Amino acid sequence: MSQWEVVIGLETHVQLQTKSKIFSGASTAFGAEPNRQACAVDIALPGVLPVLNREAVVCAIKFGLAVDAAIAPRSVFARKNYFYPDLPKGYQISQYEIPVVLGGGIDIRVSHGGTPSEKRVHLTRAHLEEDAGKSLHEDFHGKTGIDLNRAGTPLLEIVTEPDMGSAAEAVAYAKALHSLVTWIGICDGNMQEGSFRCDANVSVRRPGAPLGTRREVKNLNSFRFLQQAIDYEIGWQINEIEEGRKIVQATVLFDPDTGETRAMRSKEDAHDYRYFPDPDLLPLEISPVWTAEVKRGLPELPAAMQARFERDFGLSTYDAASLTATRANATFFEDCVAAAGKDQAKLCANWVMGELAARLNRDEREVADSPVSATQLAGMVRRVADGTLSSKLAKEVFDALWTGEAADADAVIEARGLKQVSDASAIGPIIDEVLAANPKSVEEFRAGKEKAFNALVGQVMKATKGKANPQQVNDLLRQKLTG
Amino acid sequence: MIESGLTQLSAAMAAKQVSAVELATLFLDRIERLNPTLNAFITTDRDRTLAMARAADERRAKGEAGALLGVPLAHKDIFCTEGWPTTCGSKMLANFVSPYDAHVVSQFKAAGAVTLGKLNMDEFAMGSSNETSHFGPVKNPWNTNCVPGGSSGGSAAAVAARLTPAATGTDTGGSIRQPAALCGLTGLKPTYGVVSRYGMIAFASSLDQGGPMAKSAEDCALLLSAMAGFDERDSTSLQRESEDYSRDLMKPLAGLRIGLPKEFFGAGMDDDVRAAIDAALDQYRKLGATTVEVSLPNSGLSVPAYYVIAPAEASSNLSRFDGVRYGHRAAEYGDLADMYCKSRAEGFGAEVKRRILIGTYVLSHGYYDAYYLQAQKIRRLIATDFQEAYKVCDVIMGPTSPSVAFPFGAKSADPVQMYLADIYTIAVNLAGLPGMSIPCGFGAGNMPVGLQVIGPWFAEAKMLNVAHQYQQATDWHRRCPDIGA
Repeated sequence: MSQWEVVIGLETHVQLQTKSKIFSGASTAFGAEPNRQACAVDIALPGVLPVLNREAVVCAIKFGLAVDAAIAPRSVFARKNYFYPDLPKGYQISQYEIPVVLGGGIDIRVSHGGTPSEKRVHLTRAHLEEDAGKSLHEDFHGKTGIDLNRAGTPLLEIVTEPDMGSAAEAVAYAKALHSLVTWIGICDGNMQEGSFRCDANVSVRRPGAPLGTRREVKNLNSFRFLQQAIDYEIGWQINEIEEGRKIVQATVLFDPDTGETRAMRSKEDAHDYRYFPDPDLLPLEISPVWTAEVKRGLPELPAAMQARFERDFGLSTYDAASLTATRANATFFEDCVAAAGKDQAKLCANWVMGELAARLNRDEREVADSPVSATQLAGMVRRVADGTLSSKLAKEVFDALWTGEAADADAVIEARGLKQVSDASAIGPIIDEVLAANPKSVEEFRAGKEKAFNALVGQVMKATKGKANPQQVNDLLRQKLTG
Repeated sequence: MIESGLTQLSAAMAAKQVSAVELATLFLDRIERLNPTLNAFITTDRDRTLAMARAADERRAKGEAGALLGVPLAHKDIFCTEGWPTTCGSKMLANFVSPYDAHVVSQFKAAGAVTLGKLNMDEFAMGSSNETSHFGPVKNPWNTNCVPGGSSGGSAAAVAARLTPAATGTDTGGSIRQPAALCGLTGLKPTYGVVSRYGMIAFASSLDQGGPMAKSAEDCALLLSAMAGFDERDSTSLQRESEDYSRDLMKPLAGLRIGLPKEFFGAGMDDDVRAAIDAALDQYRKLGATTVEVSLPNSGLSVPAYYVIAPAEASSNLSRFDGVRYGHRAAEYGDLADMYCKSRAEGFGAEVKRRILIGTYVLSHGYYDAYYLQAQKIRRLIATDFQEAYKVCDVIMGPTSPSVAFPFGAKSADPVQMYLADIYTIAVNLAGLPGMSIPCGFGAGNMPVGLQVIGPWFAEAKMLNVAHQYQQATDWHRRCPDIGA
């Protein structure tokens, strides 16, 4: 592999979270009966005309601001002409020569041989366009059904420079982009419903050689498929070249069942889309005043929040970055810190990134609907911090909160009697009993075997059912053995 | 009654001399008698028309008034009309019944006008003679061996033969003005953006504009006042205060400066047309106007530029007619591509196919810059030419058409000859300007000649004033063909 360099660029179709379609008043809600959310404009009746939805433009401006891009003061909608049954007008309204968002970039973290590093994926552009409908090939007995509910749904197509060098980087970018567009509230991020779909342009070359011929893998709607498709494609291309064949520019589809890609059409039979400015729509003009207004409505962006977490809470870059991976996660953490106290930020971070993340992952749940709320977790963290709860028993409390056994940590501690014992007069007699019952260990310790000491600590903890304060046990035991 | 202007018809209804139902019946009967000869209407529906007339009478009985309440008129079949077939003169839409009204249609409905039917036209408004209609050519009422002009030929013939007091038309390259000239009517193409295009089946979106066709400038002013106005459903509709286009009709013309483009008065104009135009200009001088020669140096490029831009837009606009959701679908086909090919091959006529092919070609990769972008540049030059000319004149005048109505078949074999019939009208669309044609005499074979009046943007009220004052001094617009009772 090292003698080959991989070059990847992504085009992502992000479905914008507007109430109505980009050029009509019909609803964009998912899942309605076929063709119930397609109005006269969406089905392209004779005589109808498009009217641009300002909300879609606001989404595009938000995105442009969030990735440090230039917002075009004047951009143009163009018609992309081709025939397809689920494309009602026979053309798609898109932006071609002058898109609404130009440039910008997204920082990703990748690991090279275990060493984490930062990398900026540069964006070429992002443009507004309408989605097509759906062709349904099943259930129609050899015919094709057309559902135009999706026709006219607003999309932002985000195009990167060929800046990624591996499937892992492409996935890291896609995840960062997914996080960002959901963070700023322009996309619901639902990949299964097609709200976030990637096309990957992949080519390989010898290091230093000019760019190789690329093939475009279309419509990847999960991070896993993105990874698999790119990896397969890289392997396939390298194999082709090594066996003396040339890569032909083509559009390919990924088959999740076989894990392979196959060519859909080659460049020779590519469409000539005959782009030209749509005479039904005026150029889109965005004033600095409008941009400023949108900017005021933007939430704190992940990068800024990450920096703040590092600065205000003393968190490491790694912790701050993981906590701000999604807005929901960051919000949960902030709520937890707010309730537990700023001094406990690190402890909160450990729990959010550790036990909570692991449980959510195991149960395939989102942080937004975590059974343990931020306030509940904060209550537990406070008890760990003030010594009431040992770290070990804290896990038991967390379990109880997860299953909904009690309303807060204190109730669990009370009900299960998990309060940590830090009282020397209570621990002392138990230590005496343990020493009396384990003369062999005592002897070994005195002979210089430190391991024996740990065994004795274990016995004391066992006798107290884990409630004894481990530090206290350590101190008292050493005192008794050496004193 | 059939000779009356809209104001008189309205007054007669207000004075209870006639009801809307009686008026509608009068015209429906006349259509029934004469339409078989003229073929101006594609659709009439007596029940629907009379229902609208009854509703208008009821509104008047409840005390409502209004210049168009109960007034009958007819729509070019390019305007979508809820519940009526809207064919656009094409086999493709022969069975299409629109589920909604065009903006213009709903404006007239709101004003209480009564729809007499849908008017024949060149297929998808592509033609200058009405010979491309799937429903057969419309005959010119002045001589049924001659074309009525196009594409709003049905509208022109119907008004000229007094089958309707007024009609709507659309004008992409002259489609209101040229048939108005050839049939002896007054027709106005407004400034681009004044009349909403919503529900008007698109031919060339950046050029299409709806407008009135009637017997007089006074009627056109009334109709335009109802048709015009901002419509949020059309992004190219202009956000302007609504206007009373009749307000300046009576202003005297003393001091009016008429620009005469030397390019319009050179070779190419028939002598009979030139004589009528010259006489009309003399009449204007008598009314106090002065004439000044102006130049539109790029006007010679308007026909070629138009025949790049209009087909380009049309090729895309007509893509929706694919047989999938509505319109003609071939009865038998193999795969998807075959369905598209057969449906479109069967549904579209030769002229429409020609323009789709031209448009597809000029937008194709590698040709776009050479044709489409060049044509757009020419378009800007043409608009600039007019701007320059209006520095020394208030309106521009010239012929509407280089000749009077020609016999059927005279130009249909040679598309370029046919395209040149619009040589004086096309520049106006390219520049987005308002243009009018008013009857100014008769030429060879006693066929009407039209005088074209071109104004600066939004000068409709001024142009209607200029036309009305001329019509106060002449009676060309009152001449009526002898087509039978």
